[in-house]
This record gives sequence, C-alpha cells and structure tokens, in this order.
Amino acid sequence: MSLLELSNITKSFGAIHALNGVSLEIEAGEAVGLMGDNGAGKSTLMKIIAGNYPPTQGQIQIEGQIVEFSQPIDAREAGIEIVYQDLALCDNLTAGANVYLGRELKRKIGPFSMLDYPAMYKRAGELFSSLKSETRPRDLVRQMSGGQRQAVAIARTQLSDPKLVLMDEPTAAISVRQVAEVLALIKRLKDTGHAVILVSHRMPDVFEVCDRVAVLRRGSKVADKCIDETSPEEVTGLIIGAIEAA
Amino acid sequence: MTDQTTDQHNRPGQGTAGSTSNVDHATIDESITERQEVSGFAAVMRTQPFWVFMAIIAIGIVMTFVSDAFMTERNMFNITRNFAFFGIMALGMSAVICTAGIDLSVGSLLGLCAITLGLTMQAGFGIGAGFIVCMLTAAVIGAINGILIAYLRMAPFVVTLGMLAMARSIAMVLSDNKMIYDFGPDMDLFEWIGGESMLGVPNVVWLLIFLTAVFWWVWRYSTWGRWVIAIGGNAQAAKLAGIPVERMIVSVYMVCSMCTGLAAFMFIGYIGSATNGVGVTYELNVIAATVIGGANLMGGVVYALGAPIGAALVELIRNSLLLAGIPALWQQFFVGLFLILAVLLEQIRNRGGK
Ligand SMILES: Nc1ncnc2c1ncn2[C@@H]1O[C@H](COP(=O)(O)OP(=O)(O)OP(=O)(O)O)[C@@H](O)[C@H]1O
Ligand SMILES: [Mg+2]
Repeated sequence: MSLLELSNITKSFGAIHALNGVSLEIEAGEAVGLMGDNGAGKSTLMKIIAGNYPPTQGQIQIEGQIVEFSQPIDAREAGIEIVYQDLALCDNLTAGANVYLGRELKRKIGPFSMLDYPAMYKRAGELFSSLKSETRPRDLVRQMSGGQRQAVAIARTQLSDPKLVLMDEPTAAISVRQVAEVLALIKRLKDTGHAVILVSHRMPDVFEVCDRVAVLRRGSKVADKCIDETSPEEVTGLIIGAIEAA
Repeated sequence: MTDQTTDQHNRPGQGTAGSTSNVDHATIDESITERQEVSGFAAVMRTQPFWVFMAIIAIGIVMTFVSDAFMTERNMFNITRNFAFFGIMALGMSAVICTAGIDLSVGSLLGLCAITLGLTMQAGFGIGAGFIVCMLTAAVIGAINGILIAYLRMAPFVVTLGMLAMARSIAMVLSDNKMIYDFGPDMDLFEWIGGESMLGVPNVVWLLIFLTAVFWWVWRYSTWGRWVIAIGGNAQAAKLAGIPVERMIVSVYMVCSMCTGLAAFMFIGYIGSATNGVGVTYELNVIAATVIGGANLMGGVVYALGAPIGAALVELIRNSLLLAGIPALWQQFFVGLFLILAVLLEQIRNRGGK
C-alpha cells in the first residue's frame, strides 16, 4: 500500500486545463522528482495534494484511505507539509513567528495562555542551524534574503513529523552550500521513512536525491521512471517534448 | 525596511557571520541576537508612537510658555478625559487597520449605541441592562460589517460607508429625533462612571489605561493578536498556514465596534444626554488618531500605545489652539496637517534604509 496514491487527477481553472488525468504513487522513504516546463502543472498538483483546492476530478488516497481535503490544515493533519513556490510568508513577522504561524506554542500563566517566545525561538533557531542557514529567528522576514526566506519555509515543514513533504522549488534562490543542506535534509527524511516530492528545474539535484522522476508536460504525466533507468538527457527530452513519452 | 511589528529587535548590518563558516552558526546568531536585545531603547526609538510622543512633549513645552492655563491640573484633567473617548475607539480601529481594513461606521455607531443605551435606561431598566444593550448593539453592527467584508469579500471602505449611513439612520428612527436625558433609576451611577474620577484621574482615562494594557498584551502575547498581525502582513499566507482568516476578520470588526460601544457608554454618562447626533464625523478623528499613532493603512502594523498617543496629539492640538487664542475654525486644519506629517515621517523613517 502506497503512502500517497493519486488517481486520474484533473484540474481545470475555467477554460485552462492545468492537469489531465495525472496518477502518481509514492512510498514511504521514497523521494520523487517532479519535473516539467513552466506552466506544466507541477505547482497545481502540489497544491491539490496540500489541500489548497480540490481536484476537478480524480481521487487522493493516503495509506489506502480516500481523503478529501477542503483546506490546507486538513492535509497538514493527514501528515503532509509543503514548501510553497512563493513561500507564503508574512513579511511583517519574524522568522520564528513564521515558522510557527498557525500552530504557535503557548504557555499557561494562571488562567491566561500566552505565546511562548523563548520556546519558539529556540526551536526555530535549531531548525535553521540544522539547515546551515544564517537565519536568525528574531529577524523580520521582510529584511531577509531569498535564501533565508526559503530556509524559513523549509524549517516550517520540520515542526511536526510529517509523512510526506512537498517541496516546490525549494532550492531556487539559495546558495550552493544551502542547496547541499536541503538535499541532505531530503536524504535524512528518506532515511527516517518520510516521503518527499521535489519539484525542481535543477537536474543534478533531482538525480542526486530522488529515487524516481516523473515528468509533466502540459498537464499530463509523460514519464515516471526509476532514476537508474533514465538519464538527464532523456528527462530533458521529455520535458521539452523532443521525446514524446517514456 | 519597516520594522513596526510587536516583537522586532534591531540588528546592525548583516553579513558578519558569512566569513566564519567553521563556527557554529547558531552560536553566532544567538550572540548577535542577545546583543541586540540589550539596546531595547533603540527599538523603541524606531517606532512611530515614540516620535509622536516626542511631538506631544514639544507642543506641551511650547504651550507652557504660550499659556498659563495650559499646565494647570484642571486643563490636564480635561485634555486626558477628552482624548480618552477617542483613544478607546482608536484601540479598536488599530485592529481593523492592522488587517488592511477600515471602519468608517464608528461615529454613527457611537450615536446608535447612545440611543439604544439611552432608550433602555430611560425605560426604567438598570445600568446593567443598558450596558448589555449598548454592547450588543455594537457587537451586531460589527458582526454585520465583518461578515460582509470577510465572507462576501466586499471592500471594507464600501461596507462601513454604507453602515455609517444606515446606523445613523436607525439611531434617528429609534430616537424619534428626541433627546434622552432621563436615564432611569441608575442615572446617578451611570453619570458617575462616565463623568467622574478616581484618585484624581477621570474614570474614562482609567478605562483607557486598562484597555491599552489589555491590547498591549493581546498584540504581544495572544494567538489572536499574532494572527491578526499575520493576516495584515499576508492574508494568503495566513490562510495557507491554517489561520481561520474569515472568522478572524469578523472578530476584528466586532472588537472595533465594541470598543466604540464602551466609548459610547462612558461618553453618554459624561455628557449626560443622548441624541442621535452623537459622534457625527468622529470616524475622521479616530482614524486620524490611529494613523498618527503609527497604524499603516496597508496593514500588518499595530501598536497598542499608538492609539492613545495619536488621540492625545489630536486633542492636544485642539486644546492648544483654544488656549493660544487661535479660532476653533483652524482645528481641523491642524489635525489634517499632523496626519499628513505623521505619514510623511513614517515614509522618511522607512526610506532611511532599515
Ligand atoms: N489559480 C489559477 N487560476 C487560473 N489558472 C491557473 C491557476 N493556477 C495555475 N493556473 C494555470 O495552470 C497552469 C499550470 O500552472 P502551474 O503553476 O501548476 O505550473 P508549474 O508547472 O508550477 O510552472 P512553474 O515551473 O513556472 O512553476 C498554468 O497555465 C497556469 O496559468
Ligand atoms: Mg510552479
């Protein structure tokens, strides 16, 4: 039984068909690279899995159970965490506050429960340093570099112990050293039995950490292969359409 | 850039940690963070309320030379009492503006609350019943505003402009255009609460101090406050993080209205009569006070202290003009001038490159 099984997911935004009958399975401990040209539907697929919006057609199963997410929090409760492509951070809050947004730690003082700043900043700081990111929990996100912001969004997925982590271009804006850390994180997640879907345009990253690569082209899945059975050249061909399907 | 959240800390230029890649970065982060926390005063100095407070001090100093009547106990008593009503309303308005919204209906609501409260007490009900009716009126109006804005996604400006007209009209209908000056059996207590003082400080000022402290705590330590600030910063991100954005917005408009309800309860007790004309154009002064106090109409910025400080400046201008013998006709001019100056100041501070 797969951790996640998508069957025939279709998504239309009015006249735009973003996804046509995409099926995908992923096992615990597995990392799947999801590749495709701009507008191929990668983010749309991720957002459907994360409960941002329902598919027009098709079904999602988690560990054999059919699920219907009506909002992101449902997906989170089912053990799915996501790094959005646009990161979805509040600029006016600190990095630590963003990490804990929506699930703040509280401490009781008499009848009052109040935000537990020390605990949140401490944990956020640990998460950042485990990502080797020079992100200070108390800094405002507004003043941060693209890479630091990305670290905040990634740190957010590590608060709970998710079954599946979706990463929509998590390495787009970060330095070589931090890319290595994100890849190391993905490997760690795999080793501890988590599943990861990595959306990326960077071929070497996908080939380094993923067990499989799936290719979307104009809303349809045109390939889903083990990493050992394909090559960057073939994947490139599939993405741009030089190779019809594989 | 801007730094007006409730829990920011300042930090000198970035980039010191980059060259020492062997050292544990968390340690460096920690030491830098701690060093910044020591200089808490620098953080305060960067906030809008601080500069407005400085302006208040400056005007105060000038006024002591201009008029002997200024620094008297009597005058201070009057100033603080007068601005307290606006300050209470501005505390609620700060929450609304923090979500990038606006509530134009507070002036009319003050009038409507005055009438429902007055009618209840005039009919012989006690002060408790009057208070409940007053707050219920406010809560209902706030809920209607909030629901239209949050769930039907209507523009706050339009919704509350409509409510400005409707609430005033309901107040006129209910009051039958008559003044209420008989507040039933609890009249004495009612007028004492609104008009008298304890330990030499007007009761309404005590209420303002108490509410400011409550809001300070709420903005800094409560989840509700945190979520409102998050919604103001990026409503989409807040929604994705699982914050019930619509419900929060409704609650924000209700909080704003209920602050106005409290102000109405105190204000009518103070002036000792209720007419349907109470609070006409007050929305302008309340919004001005809130913005002068550092609220940003783009949302995401709130200070508990901003509301009373902004309201204090507005009242101080009024009082100073009066004492300086400048015709009252100039009042609105100076309120407007300070409003524009306050926003300009904020722009300049932000452009200052932090
Ligand atoms: N909310 C929306 N409303 C309308 N159309 C949308 C919406 N979201 C996505 N689309 C459309 O769906 C298609 C797929 O978009 P998607 O964001 O999934 O692409 P992508 O593969 O993530 O591309 P990129 O590599 O640029 O991130 C595009 O044509 C896009 O315009
Ligand atoms: Mg995308």
